[in-house]
Amino acid sequence: MTVESVKMNKTMYVARSPRIAARMLGEEMLVMSAQESTLFTLNPTATILWQAADGATPLDEIVGRRICSEFEVPPEEAMRDAEALARDLANHGILLISEEPIPQPGFSPRQPAPQEAVKR
Amino acid sequence: MSVLMQEMSERALRLGVPFSVQLDLTYRCNEQCVHCYLDHDDHGEMTTVEIKRLLEEMAEAGVFILTLSGGEIFMRKDFFEILECARAFTFCVKLKTNAVLIREAQAARLRELGVQSIQISIYSHRPEVHDAITKVQGSLRRSIDAIRFLKSQGIKVIMANVLMSENMQDHHGVRRLAEELGADYTLDPTITPMMDGDRSVLKLNAGESALRELFRDEAYVGNAEEFCAPPPSPDENSMASLPCSAGHTACYVSPYGEFYPCVQFPLSCGNVRQQRFLDIWRDSAQLKEVRAIRLRDLSSCSQCAHGSTCSRCPGLAFMEGNMRGPSTLDCEKSYARTGIPSNNLLAKKNAPSVPRLVQIQVVPAIMGNRLSRLGSAVGAA
Repeated sequence: MTVESVKMNKTMYVARSPRIAARMLGEEMLVMSAQESTLFTLNPTATILWQAADGATPLDEIVGRRICSEFEVPPEEAMRDAEALARDLANHGILLISEEPIPQPGFSPRQPAPQEAVKR
Repeated sequence: MSVLMQEMSERALRLGVPFSVQLDLTYRCNEQCVHCYLDHDDHGEMTTVEIKRLLEEMAEAGVFILTLSGGEIFMRKDFFEILECARAFTFCVKLKTNAVLIREAQAARLRELGVQSIQISIYSHRPEVHDAITKVQGSLRRSIDAIRFLKSQGIKVIMANVLMSENMQDHHGVRRLAEELGADYTLDPTITPMMDGDRSVLKLNAGESALRELFRDEAYVGNAEEFCAPPPSPDENSMASLPCSAGHTACYVSPYGEFYPCVQFPLSCGNVRQQRFLDIWRDSAQLKEVRAIRLRDLSSCSQCAHGSTCSRCPGLAFMEGNMRGPSTLDCEKSYARTGIPSNNLLAKKNAPSVPRLVQIQVVPAIMGNRLSRLGSAVGAA
């Protein structure tokens, strides 16, 4: 789904793009897009949004639970800013946004590693 | 390097974070390049489980750029399983490969997994030259096919052109080939000793006249007059500068878990099979020693005209016998560039032409340092 096709005031789901590299460095989140080969740094609000973007939690819930409480911002203003931020990150290929939940890749690095199938 | 990436590297240095790691997955290879510095036998590579645990430890330590290299990475049957795990930990993954095992399916999978870039070794645009270096007939054709597959997936490809006497005349041809394929191009005119210290491959290095010509080629160096100008005298800032990122923001892990400051700096700092990655990074005595070195601590180089501009590699200096000493390969490059011999080259020229009593080849690190210090003391006396 394109960024533009998710209209304002609809439920918005956000997910981290699977083609992104990311790491916390000090207080900032570094994000690099394989698509653009461009490095970004995310401010604390964008970092919270990025970390919470699991594809299953609606944006308004992320804003209510994580952003309003952290930054003491009125909910309407926080939601407006978060939507704009999500669209901006989506334009750079960093986030995926949709009106529907976004399935995430099944592989989790924290799952126990399977026994080796191949003897080298 | 972008300005932001430079800033992040500097921040990583301030925070003591291992920003960039090269992990060699195997030393096995399907090519047998004449200049290769590796022993291709498998002496007990890390298992899939061990590598996944290491990736988790590296992510926790803050590693951002992860270069997977070898040997030939696609020789590991679990390569994509390792890559999936690395990407799930959101590393910025770069690959180094000869690409002969990359076909359409592999290229598509690499794109899906969001690999940042793939560096592919190409020695010549002429099959007879490239294939003679790799000792595999048809290898150039397969590598070029792979580059086309990767480019068709929109993946960034860098063609790495290592230059030696065998292919010194072909770099313009390789560069044109890179342009035609839509790949980036990088050139390296240095053949390094084997990791076990054997220096016999150095005979393949391009000679001084070839280097001199290369360093005046504005296609590579920009303004040749500026590039080859006599170096400014080292000032206080350069005396306090770090030799390179090895051990400061970057390090290397071998297929056997050995932890070195850099792939070209085989000073063992620990083994990730026995210690946690972050514990080695923080506590290794060897790494602390490497980190303490500044230009002013280098006995010969701090007094040398090239001190502030030389590309001196501390790893090559270490392999020559002393991590605080000069790297003759870099002295030769500085000389080819400027026509001004380094202190080290002058000392070698003035040395009596008697057979060397000490052949510093496979001498262990500590012994190498002792010999070198002994040599300095004798010289001063």
